[in-house]
Amino acid sequence: MNENLFASFVTPTMMGLPIVILIIMLPPMLLTSSKRLISNRFHSFQQWLIKLIIKQMMLIHSPKGRTWSLMLVSLIMFIGSTNLLGLLPHTFTPTTQLSTNLCMAIPLWAGAVILGFRHKLKASLAHFLPQGTPISLIPMLIIIETISLFIQPMALAVRLTANITAGHLLIHLIGGATLVLTSISPPTATITFIILALLTILEFAVALIQAYVFTLLVSLYLHDNT
Amino acid sequence: MASLVPLKEKKLMEVKLGELPSWILMRNFTPSGIVGAFQRGYDRYYNKYINVRKGSISGINMVLAAYVVFSYCISYKELSKCSGMTQLPVSREAGVDWLC
Repeated sequence: MNENLFASFVTPTMMGLPIVILIIMLPPMLLTSSKRLISNRFHSFQQWLIKLIIKQMMLIHSPKGRTWSLMLVSLIMFIGSTNLLGLLPHTFTPTTQLSTNLCMAIPLWAGAVILGFRHKLKASLAHFLPQGTPISLIPMLIIIETISLFIQPMALAVRLTANITAGHLLIHLIGGATLVLTSISPPTATITFIILALLTILEFAVALIQAYVFTLLVSLYLHDNT
Repeated sequence: MASLVPLKEKKLMEVKLGELPSWILMRNFTPSGIVGAFQRGYDRYYNKYINVRKGSISGINMVLAAYVVFSYCISYKELSKCSGMTQLPVSREAGVDWLC
């Protein structure tokens, strides 16, 4: 039971060749670039989307933080498109793998933190001690703040992995239950099917929200450190 | 009738059936040749379905449908292990693979 439920999360290989590389390269191929000022509908739609994202996310940053715009917009486009593509049947979603998400989370978080330590050393160190703490609590609080700093990349990666994986698993399970229930009692199958439809709508939302949350948190770490 | 265009520069639809093996062997199989072939294919699809004034949603839908079919072919091996799972298994021991 366990093996077949998780079979869809296995890294796809074809005769030993890792096709997962091709699958990861598919979302970038869907995001077009154009040399013209006014281009086709598809590209204009993407331009509008990117403008919306930039306005929403980069307003709070200083000019130094805004140098990260390209990175953050690429991040949210990649995670959003990968999650949405994973909702198609039988497809493989790279963001369900902890390895992918760790590779995205750790360098970005480390970059933000190291940037903070290089340019604003005092302010970065001051983050470890919230204002107005009693003197006796200081050592413990510093330890706690250090741990919470180092747990940030893990939390970023695990949050994304767990959300997407859990959603896919629920869809598999409820879909399987609906199929089995059609021959036992059709009214229950109808109710289960409605639950499945609602869950799919939720998964579409989750796909986009998780991308947004990931990028927002990275930009927050950046804002703290610039 | 002797062919007036050299074999190497003919397109696929103009190659006669007898000339097909030699035509295939004459194609450019270097890495840059293969990349060029993919680039030409991409440009052909892009300019026909997406880069038009009033492109419809079918331009991207065809790509997504091909992606779904491709993923199905990849995962066929695991999917073929659960065939006809529309009934609950009779006994608990037999229900090892009911969650395919």
